[in-house]
Amino acid sequence: MLNVIWLGLILLAVIFGIINGTTSAVVASVTTSAKFGFEIALGLTGILAFWLGLLKIAEEAGLVSLLARVLRPLMTRLFPDVPAEHPAMGAMLLNMAANMLGLTNAATPFGLRAMEELEKLNPFPGTATNAMCTFLAINTSSVQLIPTTAIAYLAAGGATHPTAIIATSLLATSCSTIAAVIAVKFFQRLPFFAIKANGEAQ
Amino acid sequence: MSMAISTIISNTLFLGMVAGIPLFGALKKVRVYETFVEGAKGGFDVAIRIIPYLVAMIVAIGMLRASGALDALSLLMAPLLKHIGMPAPVLPLALMRPFSGSASNAILVELIKQFGANSFIAKVASTMMGSTETTFYVVVVYFGAVNIQRSRHAIPAGLVADCVGVLASVFFCHLFFH
Repeated sequence: MLNVIWLGLILLAVIFGIINGTTSAVVASVTTSAKFGFEIALGLTGILAFWLGLLKIAEEAGLVSLLARVLRPLMTRLFPDVPAEHPAMGAMLLNMAANMLGLTNAATPFGLRAMEELEKLNPFPGTATNAMCTFLAINTSSVQLIPTTAIAYLAAGGATHPTAIIATSLLATSCSTIAAVIAVKFFQRLPFFAIKANGEAQ
Repeated sequence: MSMAISTIISNTLFLGMVAGIPLFGALKKVRVYETFVEGAKGGFDVAIRIIPYLVAMIVAIGMLRASGALDALSLLMAPLLKHIGMPAPVLPLALMRPFSGSASNAILVELIKQFGANSFIAKVASTMMGSTETTFYVVVVYFGAVNIQRSRHAIPAGLVADCVGVLASVFFCHLFFH
């Protein structure tokens, strides 16, 4: 899937660059984007280290497994392939909680920790498991309860009631999360996305 | 005023976690400083691991943005929008959103400036930002951290979620603000 998308994006850019006469801009974007990609990773390092440190304390103190125990019925339904007591459950819950509260900085480190735990259950390294895809689909559907960034922009633009969008966002994001779960559970049954015996997949 | 309240809430949550987790740990007799440092060591490894994946995707997305392909696609799709009640100026935001957080933020700010913060367009755009995610960034970073190249159905499911988020934003804004 990523092979096709990646190649597709690059080819589209080149074709439209020629059609629109923006080839110089496309050329310049290669260097700046490559630098930017590295800078993002570098910028993440400190934040990752900080939240992974806090997460380790939460794990040692039993806070993560406590959280996992409380929400066990929900989690075992969403992730039937992950044992209920597995540390991945707690890390995924922390990630979703941080996302809901809009703590994006904390959500990414928790999410990456969850992926590391899920990877321990993966029989085919390099190929995503069903649990990973479900986790990512929920993540990409945005589960934020209060859209702080959008509210801030509206307020800065002089909106009379910037918080008016909380209700509409909450309803829309609930729809998108439900759609994500339905879609991911439907797609995982399709032969197209199945994992072959040798671990190969789309 | 409402802005101040949402800042207070998010600051409280943030500091609650930063202070609450070590405090809980200490009560559970965890050696908090040593444990923190041990956990934090992993941060660098993860950051290094995601670099090739990030560079690959961000270059491709950067090229696409620079080429103006998304604007062309917006023009092409514009006639379809009338049927679902989506204001045409919001479309570039919907198309950019799965690819780039910073670019979609910039579009949102531009829409608010152009049409006013109290306009229907600004409300739809803000709702959209609050109910969708930068799917490609999340997929690349999360899978990159564990060296996964075969993403299977993660991207299609994420894009379905984004589409539903966009359509639901339009629907609920019509319901609430029209």
